[in-house]
Amino acid sequence: MSTELRSAPRRTADLEAALWDAVFAGDEYTATDLVQRALDDGADPESVLLDVIAPVQFKVGEEWAANRMTVAQEHAATAINDRAVAALSLHAASRTVAGRGRITVACVDGEWHALPARLLAEVLRLRGWRVDYLGAQVPVPHLIAHLHRTGPELVALSSSIATRLPTAHATITACQAVGVPVVVGGAAFGPGGRYAELLGADAWAPDARSAADRIQRDPLKRPVPGHQPIDDLPHLDDQEYTMVTRTRTSLVRAVMRGLDQGFPAMLRYSDLQRERTAEDVAHIVDFLATALYLDDADLFTDFIAWTAGILTARGVPAHSLPPALRLLAGELKDFPRATRLLRLGIDQLAAPSAHSVPARNHP
Amino acid sequence: MVTSTNPATGVDVQGGSLWSRAPYPVLIADLQGAIILVNEAAGALLPRARPGTPMTDAVPDWLSSAHAALRLPRQGAAAEPAVWSGRVGDRVFEAHPTVEDSGTVLWWLVDTTDHRLAEEALRRERERTAFLGRASNLLLSSLNLDRCTNVTAQMAAEHLADAALVIAPMRGNRLPIVTCLGDGNPVASSAIADPASVPGLVEALQGFPPVPTRWVDPRTVPDWVVPEGFGAPGSIVVTPLPGHGVPAGALILLRRADGPGFTPEEEVFARLFAARAGAAMSAARLYADQSAITDVLMRELLPPSLHQVSGVDFAGGYRPSEDHERIGGDFYDVHPAGTEGAPSLVVLGDVCGKGLEAAVLTGKIRNTLHALLPLADDHQRMLALLNMALLNSHHTRFATLVLASAVREGGSVRMRVTSAGHPPPLVVRATGEVEEADTRGTLIGAIPEVRADSADLFLAPGETCVLYTDGFTEARGGPMGDAMFGEERLRRVLAECAGMPAEGIVERIQMVAAQWVGTGRHDDMAVVVVSAPRSHHLSAVNGHTRGRFTA
Repeated sequence: MSTELRSAPRRTADLEAALWDAVFAGDEYTATDLVQRALDDGADPESVLLDVIAPVQFKVGEEWAANRMTVAQEHAATAINDRAVAALSLHAASRTVAGRGRITVACVDGEWHALPARLLAEVLRLRGWRVDYLGAQVPVPHLIAHLHRTGPELVALSSSIATRLPTAHATITACQAVGVPVVVGGAAFGPGGRYAELLGADAWAPDARSAADRIQRDPLKRPVPGHQPIDDLPHLDDQEYTMVTRTRTSLVRAVMRGLDQGFPAMLRYSDLQRERTAEDVAHIVDFLATALYLDDADLFTDFIAWTAGILTARGVPAHSLPPALRLLAGELKDFPRATRLLRLGIDQLAAPSAHSVPARNHP
Repeated sequence: MVTSTNPATGVDVQGGSLWSRAPYPVLIADLQGAIILVNEAAGALLPRARPGTPMTDAVPDWLSSAHAALRLPRQGAAAEPAVWSGRVGDRVFEAHPTVEDSGTVLWWLVDTTDHRLAEEALRRERERTAFLGRASNLLLSSLNLDRCTNVTAQMAAEHLADAALVIAPMRGNRLPIVTCLGDGNPVASSAIADPASVPGLVEALQGFPPVPTRWVDPRTVPDWVVPEGFGAPGSIVVTPLPGHGVPAGALILLRRADGPGFTPEEEVFARLFAARAGAAMSAARLYADQSAITDVLMRELLPPSLHQVSGVDFAGGYRPSEDHERIGGDFYDVHPAGTEGAPSLVVLGDVCGKGLEAAVLTGKIRNTLHALLPLADDHQRMLALLNMALLNSHHTRFATLVLASAVREGGSVRMRVTSAGHPPPLVVRATGEVEEADTRGTLIGAIPEVRADSADLFLAPGETCVLYTDGFTEARGGPMGDAMFGEERLRRVLAECAGMPAEGIVERIQMVAAQWVGTGRHDDMAVVVVSAPRSHHLSAVNGHTRGRFTA
């Protein structure tokens, strides 16, 4: 059936390079053909998913962060990668009998990067699990209703954006409250999954393959009822997270007013540039709130370093960042934890290594 | 009193009568283990204990061993004397020694039987309360029937019996059974069995009239009641799992022949547990029934998943105003052409209102339009007929909508779009220019006469037509919190989407809008993207399998 087509590259690295070219060019048909031909030639479906498609998707994120791809191109590339996964899952080589238990795979509400979760869902399916893949940004009520209806053995929850962590925590807690354990993954959970345990996840895995291995090797135990989430994060007692979240828009407005007065360059900004700046400020507030939630200063300082790096990569000077942080610190002077974080952020910008781009767990 | 008295030296002579009438058994023995003195109480308790008799002949072993252990007090031993305890006949005693330097020991015996019993009863009661608390927590946490049944079987097997069976009401001619052995995992099965073969099971499964727990003679039960590898059952009880007016099932508890049977107290306790388990299971059953009904009714109202049809790419996205709902007042459909080469019809619309009630009306509109498909090439006529149907229905709501016919012509797509009171579709050109389709019309279901002007469009490969509802443009939010998303911003987002695949554009619009509203309130948001594929290479109809090359 593929006589008119050349065969796909044999070596994984060559296949990855060919797929990357197709994805970067927005060429959906070549991308899906490559995957199908590789499977026709006997490639292992799991290996195509994790050693070809996953690295290509990782590279998409890197290229975007380095401003070698626009946001829209990133979406296009992701959509094509997604079709490549769909092509793979429908190929005869991927047909399996669901002999193991049932698993729900979902992204945290507000999480749009669905491909990592999709890859895990496909890997689990290939390994014989019965998988319900709920896709991107699943509201907690939907997820819980689904768990009641289907009674899976576990939920695999994906989040790539650190600011979704409070929502991830609410989701993990809700799943456990209905007696279903949760394995988490994705860049949001930090290097080595450091936030996974803090947020009470039953397990963490760095990638789809180790997640599938982990689930298979050592089945997750049913959570013990009666757990109080506040016990995980006693620092929330000071209400700083709640206050910063609740006053988000007034904080952004105050900072924008302050920048108008103390930062003459702002006066020459177009409406669009002003909106972008306000979005950047809103992001800073969101990351500040998340760092307060987790009581983790690195999360905030890494984000500040990352933002400075991104702005530089985009050719936008980052000199509005320190005044914005100082204005925020002025607004939040009654909140000791927030004040400390903002101070550390300002120090971070003053440090010479501020412009490196760390791992991507930012929008 | 005891410390001021030296029983081994002379005091016993004067105090003999007092000693002998002391309410607690007292006996004194010397270094060699020979009994020196026994009071009346001790004499009554230990008839063989008389002065001169060796301890080993007269008292229980635990007491004579205690005496032997005390005979050579160790140097620097703890000042607090140890306390021994053990049985004397059917009572339990504590023995408190007072040791003389000479090695003579005065033993005070205190009957602690009732105290022990009270402690034991308290401990058991605490255990049971904790068990019921844990059972409630586990059972209340889930509305999944299988899970509730498994938890019931597992907890009963762990705490109430050596094995437990949860029997659900008959399904056809089969009895659904979940079996759990001791510390094992619950196993689901079903048996072709007559519940009447187990005494009391029929009544327990009916749930009404209320029946007590039934003790069953293990010799009379059929084989399927005894789990594999269990061995011979010694006692079996059948307890109903009472539900909320509906029978939830029955619990069968088994104990092995070589262990103790069920006490009446344990049986009462099993009923307390069964009441909780039955309530949880019937709630779960009710939820499952309700959600099955909802799913069936909802299926017709959910937005369809779109894909490529006859060489035209379609993608859609929907977000209801409330996160806990899946449907609302916005709707869309793509109807593939009945004949090859004819256009497919896209419908996207917005019913006034939100939530379920609006969703029900969208279902009516979608059905009506489906029936009108033979007229799909005449948008005005379709709208007029739909308008009449809506005016004649008892609904007072009205709707706005867009009809779009799309057909592949070579590498391009020809479209006719008609707006009925709805925001006109936007066309994204390959250059990134965004144009508004020139179509206007009156809304549907409000006035007897509707008028609409259609627009003809042509999409070159890679170009796109976007149909959307005002939930996007009227969304309030942004970094400052109160700005309207607006058409200008939507156009700007779309301009960046030139040449993107249809799903990518849908995802992009949805993502930007979701970030714009943040956690704020918003209306239903629906979007359908119609694209002319960039390549001449067609995917097959479902968009997934390998395609063919067009001529």
